[in-house]
Amino acid sequence: MDFLKELWRFLRARKKFWLLPILVVVGLFGGLIVLTQGTAIAPFIYTLF
Amino acid sequence: MRILGISAFYHDSAAALVEDGRVVAAAQEERFTRKKHDSAFPHHAAAFCLREAGTDLSGIDHVVFYDKPFLKFERLLETYVAMAPKGFKSFRMAMPVWMKEKLFQKSMLRDELKTLPGGTAWNGELLFAEHHQSHAASAFFPSPFSEAAILTMDGVGEWCTTSVGIGRGNELKILKEIHFPHSLGLLYSAFTYYTGFKVNSGEYKVMGLAPYGEPKFVQTILDHLIDLKPDGSFRLDQSYFDYCTGLTMTNERFATLFGGPPRRPEQRLTQREMDLAASIQVVTEEAVLRLARSIAAETGQRNLCLAGGVALNCVANGKLLRAGMFERIWIQPAAGDAGGALGAALAACHQFKDQPRLPLNGRIDQMAGSYLGPAFSQAETEADLQAAGARFTVVSDDEVTTRTADALAAGRAVGWMQGRMEFGPRALGARSIIADARSPAMQKLLNLKVKYRESFRPFAPSVLREDVADWFELATDSPYMLLVADVVAGRRRQMSAEEEALFGIDKLNVQRSEIPAVTHVDYSARVQTVHKETNPRYHALISAFKARTGCPVIVNTSFNVRGEPIVCTPADAFRCFMGTEIEVLVAGNCVLAKEDQDPALKRDYKDAFELD
Repeated sequence: MDFLKELWRFLRARKKFWLLPILVVVGLFGGLIVLTQGTAIAPFIYTLF
Repeated sequence: MRILGISAFYHDSAAALVEDGRVVAAAQEERFTRKKHDSAFPHHAAAFCLREAGTDLSGIDHVVFYDKPFLKFERLLETYVAMAPKGFKSFRMAMPVWMKEKLFQKSMLRDELKTLPGGTAWNGELLFAEHHQSHAASAFFPSPFSEAAILTMDGVGEWCTTSVGIGRGNELKILKEIHFPHSLGLLYSAFTYYTGFKVNSGEYKVMGLAPYGEPKFVQTILDHLIDLKPDGSFRLDQSYFDYCTGLTMTNERFATLFGGPPRRPEQRLTQREMDLAASIQVVTEEAVLRLARSIAAETGQRNLCLAGGVALNCVANGKLLRAGMFERIWIQPAAGDAGGALGAALAACHQFKDQPRLPLNGRIDQMAGSYLGPAFSQAETEADLQAAGARFTVVSDDEVTTRTADALAAGRAVGWMQGRMEFGPRALGARSIIADARSPAMQKLLNLKVKYRESFRPFAPSVLREDVADWFELATDSPYMLLVADVVAGRRRQMSAEEEALFGIDKLNVQRSEIPAVTHVDYSARVQTVHKETNPRYHALISAFKARTGCPVIVNTSFNVRGEPIVCTPADAFRCFMGTEIEVLVAGNCVLAKEDQDPALKRDYKDAFELD
């Protein structure tokens, strides 16, 4: 719950409400991935992620 | 007020502790876990910092993380949206990591902090500083200046890749930023990748390779890859890069532009890679010089502070100093992300909590020579070495100096482990392999038999501060080995016409000066000035070497082999000593000769670490 509150405060401070639907989709999508696989491994060579 | 700074979860995790504005301790996690560029939460480094301050976590007022995860996630999402549908593969791989871990870094950090001594009793504040704010704070607050311009450059933090700011007293204001995907650090890393080296660690190799090449591709880079403006601001043409959406740094268009696919790691180096390295080095220097020129004009400041990974490009730093736009330049020794831990702690101390800076004397900085890591008492050193099966002699302080100087003068490679470990990527005479810089064979010997690394890589000199101008074209302090300067003309050796005509790696074997082991093929050297105030024992050693040989310069390279983190404990030092052809080890007041050791303890060290 704290996490959602902070995320909301972040979106408000940054005025990036348009990210909200993307976040919801990503949340659902990510939830699926998390449910269907065991580990999450950073794939990349630089710190972009 | 005690503040603990943490950098973690990307690469080079570290911890730093600041008490009432004074840097008490700082260390990288890799030195404890023996895993190069370790990105895990810095349990060991943080526990060490707490021990050094004589407290546990319950005695810490604030913990500060060095970047802002939500802001980074925002950049990630916006980049994917901007590039869609390209980049889906990368998106699919990145999201699980974020959904499972990285978005929840705050609670992860709280959980990890609980595992530190006194962690369950801690009820302080957990703060977050921006990535480039951390770099800027690490550049300005420990500097000897009360007022200075600040330039930070790296791959990328949250959005920012380059920032310009101004520091006054305990205030720091960022004036301008350049945002992702336009990044000088990522451009350099793209060439690191393309020339077959590892991104995030091979950038030094590109810089070391550059003097062997001709900068033939400068115009190609300026015409196609980077639009570099007169004020140093820039934009990268993303159609040549893959890092926004793919899993590599460069794409096929980049390869077509430079006439072939990327070099595979460990494949033979050709003149082309050397020319590419020389070219990207020239472009980087030009960008840094233009940025600095515009900052000097805009701010009117006479002092400049630098941090961020690009500030570790000591060749560019040397040129910046010689260009004379600023009277003095100070570079944070841990300019990479490890230094973000220190910067975050200092940002919290001065910016968030408005604490005053310590009094400045205008000359000495607050980094204490960067000797901020753990030290081992003589009793601990002896116990550690005994447990490792070492055979050693304990000598007096004076004998440490005289015996080591004798060994150096006799042409022996010496492992030198003394006092507090360095914070930052450079060994500065606390965890160093040292040798005679006058020896023509030393560079090859150290590269191939001690460090097990590529033979083209140069070594750096440690020189007494008072003698630096007699040997190098440098008249200022360079305590952190972050300035490159040429060997003075009078100490160079005249090349024959035949030698002048040599190309590429063949240049390496030609003796170029009185100190060939530390003179690169373009007569340059990455100078460390040694100061009595910050490292008296190392200063005494080089003075003793000078008394014997007339030369106040020795070779100083990090105490490790390729792919290994620099040694931390006496046992680490002994292992490295037994795995390489280092002939003498001096740890504290213990002196070890290789021939006295049990041959059964020798180990194959060459392949013990993943190549970097």
